Amino acid sequence: MLLKKLTEAIGVSGGEHEVRSVIVKEITDKVDHMYIDKIGNIIAYKKGNKNPNKRVMLSAHMDEVGLIVVNIEDSGLIKFKSVGGIDPRVLLSKIVYIGENFISGVIGTKAIHLQEIEERKKALKIKDLYIDIGTSNKEETENLINIGDYIAFNSKYIEFGNNLIKAKALDDRVGCAILIEMLDKEYDFSLYTIFTVQEEVGLRGAKVAAFHVNPDIALVVEGTTCSDVPGTESHEYATRLGEGPAISIMDAASYSDKDIAKTLYQIGIDNNIPVQYKKTTFGGNDSGAIHLTKEGIRTGAISIPCRYIHSPSSVMNKNDYYNCIKIINLFLEKIEGEDFHGFHG
Amino acid sequence: MDFMDNDKVLLLDKLLNTFGPSGNEEDVSKIIEKEIESHVDEIHRDAMGNLIAFKKGKGKKIMISAHMDEIGLIITHIDQNGFLRFSNIGGVSHSLSNGQRVQFKNGTIGFISNEHLDEKEDLKLEKLFIDIGVSNKEEAENKVSIGDVVSFYGPLVINNNRGFSKAMDNRISCFVLIEIIKRIKNNNNNIYFVFTVQEELGIRGAKTSAYRINPDLGIAVDVTKTGDTPKAQLMEVSLGNGPAIKILDASIICHPKVKELLISTAIEFNIPYQLEVLEKGGTDAGAIHLTRDGIPTGAVSIPTRYIHSPGEMVDFEDVKNAIQLLIKFLEKEIN
Repeated sequence: MLLKKLTEAIGVSGGEHEVRSVIVKEITDKVDHMYIDKIGNIIAYKKGNKNPNKRVMLSAHMDEVGLIVVNIEDSGLIKFKSVGGIDPRVLLSKIVYIGENFISGVIGTKAIHLQEIEERKKALKIKDLYIDIGTSNKEETENLINIGDYIAFNSKYIEFGNNLIKAKALDDRVGCAILIEMLDKEYDFSLYTIFTVQEEVGLRGAKVAAFHVNPDIALVVEGTTCSDVPGTESHEYATRLGEGPAISIMDAASYSDKDIAKTLYQIGIDNNIPVQYKKTTFGGNDSGAIHLTKEGIRTGAISIPCRYIHSPSSVMNKNDYYNCIKIINLFLEKIEGEDFHGFHG
Repeated sequence: MDFMDNDKVLLLDKLLNTFGPSGNEEDVSKIIEKEIESHVDEIHRDAMGNLIAFKKGKGKKIMISAHMDEIGLIITHIDQNGFLRFSNIGGVSHSLSNGQRVQFKNGTIGFISNEHLDEKEDLKLEKLFIDIGVSNKEEAENKVSIGDVVSFYGPLVINNNRGFSKAMDNRISCFVLIEIIKRIKNNNNNIYFVFTVQEELGIRGAKTSAYRINPDLGIAVDVTKTGDTPKAQLMEVSLGNGPAIKILDASIICHPKVKELLISTAIEFNIPYQLEVLEKGGTDAGAIHLTRDGIPTGAVSIPTRYIHSPGEMVDFEDVKNAIQLLIKFLEKEIN
């Protein structure tokens, strides 16, 4: 399955090449033109049948959060920092792959019986953790690992429960998978898909890719946070698993184009496809960079709810995936007949 | 009250009353368009919703901007009993919001209150809710939806030569630009009057409109805070002492030539002014000056007390002098 292949590929921000190869292979036969820009974004398009100058852009980011090697201790143990936002509490005892040769390691810390009482009360920070790759000194580690090597979670794609999937990097390989599926159809307008780099470190790839494409309309496809779990008040839920893709209204990086947001939501309602609004306003995605490009670009975002996002075991519902594809398909069909300038208001 | 005649009061009142939290500036934009369309050569509305009005002249391309948006709240949840939860749009203080009335675009008015809290320090936006006087979720959903936004409710009050209202930040500057458009003569420059969106969310509209216009010189008009209230934080700007010519804020160090030209214009025409050094906060100028190859940019501010509250207060003498200063500046031949 596509999502298995994509989530098991490694692509910590700035080191997306393995993911890029998977995607390039998948889309080569589907697109009219494909281009990899100077910072590693894939920009692929299918020329429109009737109005090739009208450009609709779908965007998903290839990178995942991860870690990076910053120091090798005399003991051979590895110190690291995070790349993108990771809660250090999810790291302990996880198995990771390090560097281009996928050296396996285990994230460790001082054993509980050796910790002071005060230490036990506090959540572990990244500085309290290290990675053990089974070597016995610095030299042995240095033969296998370099400072600056990326570290990714080792986490298999698993299907379980009622239509659920557990994998690493669902944010945003799920978006990449959806974009690939969107390339099967023909449209009147030119359909651009951009697979961006370095979203998790500040929406960087999307900024230059959007500048290159300068589309009339952009839609970001994301994996987003889902907090429908014990300990959270229901008014604090961002999204709910299995209740449909989530349409963004506003977050810290952008205020979605209201016509796009409303149209996406209404398509769900009118066609009996589960759909929800994302109810929290913190965080951001590639929309933040895209909508402020050049003279401004009408941009919306649709996301698959993911529990335990930014961890080795994020969880999504397959129905949300299929419903997201349905809504995007209907959205593209709907705007096909629209004069894009009239689309606003 | 010579300056604020009846027509001006009516226009300002309409601008202030109109609903326009960031991202929802359409109504404000329509009112402004109607007010200025017969006085400008072209009007354009861009993808973000910025309203760009062009007045043709001979010389340089100047962009003068004022943001249309005001702070507000966005509804994120409606509970079984019809109470609304919300998040902020722009810099909304939880302590200032609590106990306020708020209004929706459709006219619905609500009241903000808080959950019972053991400690005052526990007050956060997440602990507040809006009551719109309904008894269940269904009744609430007949009036409002998730994603709807609200602004403060705070009609204009005028005492002596001062006025206070919600949204004075930054409709007072929209008012200033409208007055300039109506009154400016002897046009030596090509002037783009830009009414921008989403300033309160991070200076967004100014960024894309400046990219489009690519002016030779930029000026932002916005409000700035004062230090003239009891035990205020130190700030050398007072209500009534004239428009403030910005030296710097957190978003820009104003271009020396623009700043000097504003100061020399004020001196030449005997217009009172004060200098503004604002430690926190930014304006459209911050986005404009970093556009494309870089754009020499300055800013003129209307001194305003109680910014981001329902009672933002200005002195109309400052407003009058800001209009005068900017007209004289824009009428100059700029090299």
